[in-house]
Amino acid sequence: MTLFLDYSLDGLANGMIYATLALALVLIFRATRIINFAQGAAGMLTTFIAFSLISGGWGYWWAFLVVLLIGFAIGAATQRVLIRPLAGKSELNPVIVTIGLFVVYEGLAGAIYGNASRGFPAAYSQRGLHIGRTAVAFSYFDLFILIAVLVLMAATFVLFRFTALGLRMRASAFSREIARLLGVRVGLLLTLGWGLAGFAGSLAGLLAAPTSSFGPYYMDLIFIYSFTAAVIGGLESPIGALIGGLIAGLCISYVGGYLGSGLEPLGALALLTVALMSRPEGIFARPPARRV
Amino acid sequence: MRRRARRTTGWARCARALVAASIGCMLGVTLLPATAQAASTPGVTSNSITIGATVPLTGPAAPGYDEIAPAMNAVFDWVNAHGGVDGRKIHYTYLDDGYNPANTATLTRQLVLQDNVFADVGSLGTPTQSAVQAFLNQQKVPQLFIESGCNCWNSSKYPLSLGWQPPYTIDGKILGAYIKANFPGKKIGYLYQDDEFGQDVVKGLDMEVPSSSVVSRQTYDAATLSGPLSNQMAALKAAGAQVVVLATIPAATALAMLPAAVIGYSPQYVVDSVGADAPTVGPLLASFAQKGGASAAQVAAAGGLLNNVITTAYFAPESDTSNSWVQVEKKILEQYAPSLWAKSGLDGNTQYGVALAYTFVQALQKAGKNLTRDSLMNAINSDGHSFVTPGFVPLSYSSSTHFGFEGEEVVKLESSAPPAVTPTGSWIGSVPVGPVQTTSPGSGPIKKYTGPTSTPPKSLSSTA
Amino acid sequence: MGAAAFTKFVRLTRQPMLRHLLVAVAAGAILYFLTGRLSQYNDYQVGEIASYVVVLAGLSLLTGANGQFSLGHGGFMAVGAYTLGLFMTHTGTNFVLELAAAAGVAAVAGVVIGLPATRLKGPYLAGMTLLFALSIPGIADKWPATFGGDQGLTVSAPTAPGTLSQEEWLAWIQILCALIVFVLLANLLWSRYGRTFRAVRDDEIAASLAGIHVARTKVLAFAISAACAGLGGALLVLSTGIVNTGEFPLSLSIQLLAAMVLGGTGTLFGMVWGGILLVYLPQWSTSLSSDFSLGTGANAYLATIIFGLVLIVAMLAAPNGIQGGLRWLWAHRPRPGQGDHGAPAPITVSASD
Repeated sequence: MTLFLDYSLDGLANGMIYATLALALVLIFRATRIINFAQGAAGMLTTFIAFSLISGGWGYWWAFLVVLLIGFAIGAATQRVLIRPLAGKSELNPVIVTIGLFVVYEGLAGAIYGNASRGFPAAYSQRGLHIGRTAVAFSYFDLFILIAVLVLMAATFVLFRFTALGLRMRASAFSREIARLLGVRVGLLLTLGWGLAGFAGSLAGLLAAPTSSFGPYYMDLIFIYSFTAAVIGGLESPIGALIGGLIAGLCISYVGGYLGSGLEPLGALALLTVALMSRPEGIFARPPARRV
Repeated sequence: MRRRARRTTGWARCARALVAASIGCMLGVTLLPATAQAASTPGVTSNSITIGATVPLTGPAAPGYDEIAPAMNAVFDWVNAHGGVDGRKIHYTYLDDGYNPANTATLTRQLVLQDNVFADVGSLGTPTQSAVQAFLNQQKVPQLFIESGCNCWNSSKYPLSLGWQPPYTIDGKILGAYIKANFPGKKIGYLYQDDEFGQDVVKGLDMEVPSSSVVSRQTYDAATLSGPLSNQMAALKAAGAQVVVLATIPAATALAMLPAAVIGYSPQYVVDSVGADAPTVGPLLASFAQKGGASAAQVAAAGGLLNNVITTAYFAPESDTSNSWVQVEKKILEQYAPSLWAKSGLDGNTQYGVALAYTFVQALQKAGKNLTRDSLMNAINSDGHSFVTPGFVPLSYSSSTHFGFEGEEVVKLESSAPPAVTPTGSWIGSVPVGPVQTTSPGSGPIKKYTGPTSTPPKSLSSTA
Repeated sequence: MGAAAFTKFVRLTRQPMLRHLLVAVAAGAILYFLTGRLSQYNDYQVGEIASYVVVLAGLSLLTGANGQFSLGHGGFMAVGAYTLGLFMTHTGTNFVLELAAAAGVAAVAGVVIGLPATRLKGPYLAGMTLLFALSIPGIADKWPATFGGDQGLTVSAPTAPGTLSQEEWLAWIQILCALIVFVLLANLLWSRYGRTFRAVRDDEIAASLAGIHVARTKVLAFAISAACAGLGGALLVLSTGIVNTGEFPLSLSIQLLAAMVLGGTGTLFGMVWGGILLVYLPQWSTSLSSDFSLGTGANAYLATIIFGLVLIVAMLAAPNGIQGGLRWLWAHRPRPGQGDHGAPAPITVSASD
């Protein structure tokens, strides 16, 4: 029974990180209908920048904040410089650009920082909390992850639901032309959307780093599972990203625990297939009306 | 005249395709480098020897292993600075295969068919080197000192393929015997990499440790390794394992110890030497220990989570600063690989590289002035046991054995031992806790080794 | 008499099917001549290019002609390669049958993945195929006794006849397969099936109103594409000599997609450029990086960075890939006797329209 509990807690902790990166993917997809394959690698690169800052003597929280802002900037710049010129042409080309960015980011991290083993410090203690005399697989750091992700989700929800800016962003995503006609600065809002996604991606990178083999590739598998989570939740819905992330995290943890870690991708594939068979647009998305 | 509609006809398209193809081919042929003229012994001239290797310099398999080839190059630079071997300077070309056997196959063919290397020396990986074993033997190119502990290098079908490090099964047997003798009646758990490496270590363990003591066997897949192995450690804890054997790469060692510490599980760790190098694993664990509330000094003193880890060593570890081999290794790296020295210092990987390269230099010296692939193989097979190496035991090479070292001693990482100091910090040192033992990967007995251990020569020439 | 026969010949060759065959024979002759001139190592590389071309041609059909986006073709390559490995290890059947089996089993895998994929669009399909590519090595690793584990399964082409080098012989086999696949796919794309694929790509609803069975079409495209990938995978591992999971990392699927787009999505001949890029770009980058002395780590990653930059720049500058760029140049070539206002754009009918 404790094993099941340990697997569940582990799955939830991972799921939170998947949810964060999935949120980034959802934000970009809603705005520009592109899957940003470089999102995980961008998070990795900004986390490496944090590592440099912290090793160079900066305070942990200052570095954290600065790096989140750098992530925002990178996301916004990517949209402006690389994605905007490709709008309106084939759907495949922006995706290839993001794949190219993914490769470049990993190459840069490898070239600048090398392959050497290193650890990334966690914000809080990673020792498990104690319930009675037994230690549970949940630490102050895991609590921090939980709170950080929930705050991000809540802020996103508030932004989209209750602010004028959020309304304009939703309008731009829903129908670009009509929003433009109504005076919405669509281009600026798309850039903002990508910036927010970059922010979320950086956060995911920072949260995942302390418990990973911190190197140029540590976000790769996380990206894939986050992508899975976003797809399951429906690529249009931030709530879907959260739920999808938790479901994916739990499912993968159970498969890895009971069947073996090599079969985790297969488990994720099975989960994805089942989810998409019942709801091809994802669990939380509204199916589009058929246009004839 | 009736004008045909200006339509690009099918023929025009095909013609266009053929023209493009021809241009492409002509460009390709002119751009392709010309094949060098093969000398009578490929790769050997009167003043040079060209050797090659394929190693992972990028990719998830690269951490740590990318240090070995530059360390080998330092030794060759040292040799070249002293006039080379019999007047020939060694040129070492190592290419990045990213641990992908398809790349290894292509790059090895480039080295053999295009660059005409004399031998393939110090290439890394079981799946990667298995991919080119048949090719190299068929091309009569020695595949020397493969950086892998697979039992498969000892094949009579491929006489030109030689291992070097102790096979993983030997690690398993010697560690297993230590566990049997020192932890009788305790519950044992295994966490191993689910491939040749881990499976071979477990094979050795199973030859010594009674199976009734083994309460849990957990595995992890190297390809999908990215986060903590929490599930596996939770399962080992649930099974009540008091001694946990880790057959893991350094990243996985850290990713196993970290979640175990989180859930307050601290068994006696027995770690295969592949994943037990303190300067390599230490940085991964250091930040964890610090955040646990201990001060930096306490962390350093306690050696963190690596304290009391049992592992093996087949040459003097980097923390043994009084050992003459360690001193020579440091000097070579400092002088001839300054950027590598500044980055990593003397750690498990750079030590490995220096020792392996020095073995090859010995082989060249013994092969003599009339250097051919045959004379090199003969030198190794007949004189390998007398090579001067940092190893505790002599090399086992003979016409019937293609393994290098088949002996090691059990050591413990101890906070009271002198630390291993590298540019990245001060890491826990090790002390021997048993004699040097030899065995074979088969079911043969483990014997204590009582022979001499060699010391480094005063200068290069005195080893000829 | 001769003139009449010649006219009849020319009229016959207006038939696309026959034309494709003749072009393939001509290309085969050129390549035969070429491989005879090249060194062993270059023959090996030409063979690798041909194997990649087989895979890319199928991918181009799936994505370009049928509009389905796959990030998992590395997985189908693995299925084909392991099928070949298993057949060679456990049975001694005819080599051609073994290759056909590789393609066949991969086609079955294509149907298995293609069936649920019929309901998925763009990124959803991408996610599914991505996970598929990632799962295959895990399955093979789970049962090392069957699939050979780290040492893999050994595969080898039949021995070269006479004094022919093994590399050249294997290259011929691979080139022959590539030419056959080209002819088959070109004919397919020209035929009713090709029009059906494109109809489904352009507008599924209109296609189904026109009587096309959309799901069946999509699954067929997937199956054909997977068969090509399986055959290409089997051919590639013949070059390597063994089949193990390390040969099919996720990056392979990504590189295939990139090569297809760089070559020209939807074209067949563009896949030759894609294959050349896959085989030669790493080599060029590595030799380029050795000209800068950046230290080992930076050197090794320079090839990676260059590959990424090439992708980005190519997408911004030449979104239709190399073949598309060539077509654009051909369409805008200067023609004699043009008016000042320039020539009207020629109506081009090409296989991917």
